[in-house]
Amino acid sequence: MKTLLKSGAAALALTVAASAASAEGKLVLYHWFEYMPQEVLDKFTAETGIEVTMDTYDSNEAMLASLKAGAIGTYDLAVPGDYMVSIMAGEGLLDTIADGELKNKGNIQANWADPSFDPGRKHSIPYQWGSTSFAVNRDVYGGDIQTTDILFNPPKELSGRINMLDSQGEVLAMAALHLGIPQCSTDREQLKALNAMLVGAKQHWSSFNSDTAKEVLVSGDAAVGQIYDGFAAKAREEGANIEYAYPTQGYVAWMDNVVLLKDAPNRDSAIKFMDFLLEPENIAAVTNYAQYNAGVTGVETFLDPSLATQPEKNPHAKAGPGVFIEVCSEEVQEVYDQIWTNVKK
Amino acid sequence: MAGGAASGGSATTDTYKEARTWLLMPAWVTLSILVLAPVAMMLVYSFLTKEFRGGVIWEFSLAAYDQFFCDRGLFGDEPCTIEWTYLQIFWRSIWQAGTATLLSLAIGFPTAYFIATRPEHTRPMWVFLITIPYWVNLLIRTVSMKFLLRDQGPLNDFLINIGLIDSPIHIVNTNFAVQLGLFYSYLPFMVLPIYAAVERYNFSLSEAAADLYATKWVTLRRVLLPAVKPGVIAGCILVFVPSMGSFLAPDLLGGAKNFMIGSLIEEQFKGNAGNWPFGAAASMILMTMVLVLLLLYARQQARAEKAEG
Repeated sequence: MKTLLKSGAAALALTVAASAASAEGKLVLYHWFEYMPQEVLDKFTAETGIEVTMDTYDSNEAMLASLKAGAIGTYDLAVPGDYMVSIMAGEGLLDTIADGELKNKGNIQANWADPSFDPGRKHSIPYQWGSTSFAVNRDVYGGDIQTTDILFNPPKELSGRINMLDSQGEVLAMAALHLGIPQCSTDREQLKALNAMLVGAKQHWSSFNSDTAKEVLVSGDAAVGQIYDGFAAKAREEGANIEYAYPTQGYVAWMDNVVLLKDAPNRDSAIKFMDFLLEPENIAAVTNYAQYNAGVTGVETFLDPSLATQPEKNPHAKAGPGVFIEVCSEEVQEVYDQIWTNVKK
Repeated sequence: MAGGAASGGSATTDTYKEARTWLLMPAWVTLSILVLAPVAMMLVYSFLTKEFRGGVIWEFSLAAYDQFFCDRGLFGDEPCTIEWTYLQIFWRSIWQAGTATLLSLAIGFPTAYFIATRPEHTRPMWVFLITIPYWVNLLIRTVSMKFLLRDQGPLNDFLINIGLIDSPIHIVNTNFAVQLGLFYSYLPFMVLPIYAAVERYNFSLSEAAADLYATKWVTLRRVLLPAVKPGVIAGCILVFVPSMGSFLAPDLLGGAKNFMIGSLIEEQFKGNAGNWPFGAAASMILMTMVLVLLLLYARQQARAEKAEG
């Protein structure tokens, strides 16, 4: 069986390699849904003659699973979140960008040039950064929303009308903030409390959905939605009377990064595209579309002026800290998986 | 699918006896590559050790089956007690699929009967009409269904406008919505086999029953139903089996709040859990259940044929 699989994989690799050789001037992107404006891709094609193909995914974990199940070698670039960059590097799924290969590397903002998830930016460049918290429909609820109680212990008006992201990482990180315990805690009492709190909170939730997180707020199907800041801004612009909260207990911060994948079939095109995205004008176009923040210097002049004053981008004075999702050890991750199953069983 | 009537004349079989092996080759090769190999792979994977964050280590392990049947507490270090979690998820899926099947039968049988009793030249048109919605992708149909049923959707608007209800009925994100979605997704699989059976039915039998003073109800129950039973059972299996493994309807219409077998398995491959052997084991257990069901059906068929002589 094993040898059969191996020879099968080898045969497949050969075919892929053969088709890659003929694929001059192509770029295959593996990206989040609704995160890349077509104009930016068109502009890249116009400038370089490189044709871009894009497949999309709806969670870091789905992307990892697909790459590990054999899609590695078909894509040049992917856009994992912060913690997923370190996981992918640990799994050996990333290629290293040699010094001097990226001529625009100096454009990376100083505070993002050497992040803990990719020291020295060996595999990645910044794409967008922002926060994950939640938004509340102000037609339904007028009270204080700057607390994680809104998600886990909501007032009566909101109970049963809450959409959570269908993502273990985001939900458990938020839950840890709610309980005031560290992420990936190994303390058994804290883990038990986390389990009990989430299982109890489920009765207040109407659905788990990530890719319709914006749409359920716009349609009014949900009165509260766990959501990313830029997505909340879009929902507000589409007519939902919602307010994005920065809870006093804290919120999830994140940065998505463009990574160079191992065995990229069009490595040269990939490097060109990374350089392209490090030019302020181009990444600003992405920011104007996605409404998050770029990690590149000099973008300000190209940004839509209304973005700077957007309420979703400006935490209030009493907002808690923004924390990145941590990568748990295997033992803790097993307990986290068990908790997630208990919540969704 | 083991159909009811296996009526190929023996003469035909003999004609091609020489070439039979070769003629069957394409079918065998296709089946081996597309069915046997993946299933064998799943079976092997379910007995391997899981690799953290997806993948397998090539070491024999029963951990996946242990996880399915043994509850060892939140930290996995307590003695084994019966694990109800996954059995509960399986039961939920069976119940949802069963309800959807009954709904399909209730609507599908009269529909099939209606089509089969139309004048012969119009029947293809009716069958065609049944299949038209299924030219559209299942995902799109399920999302459309959600739009129709939502609180601010056309259905609720209509009911409020005609004054039947005052506030919207919550249908989306309930079990009922899931059943409705499954019913809608797989209805033609019920209609078509029953239609095929009813079309072959000799209606003079019904007339004979009526001549013998049988009421319409008795004729339906004792004459028509036994004659078309293979079609009904085939229809039920064709709706029930895909409903059990489905995850589109539970995710989109049920709000993904409760795992169904399909979404539980999906989570093992696509979600955080990344536990491939467990996903494979759950698939194997599901498949065993379905196979047992099909075997029971086949045995019942064989017995019925024997009884007929």
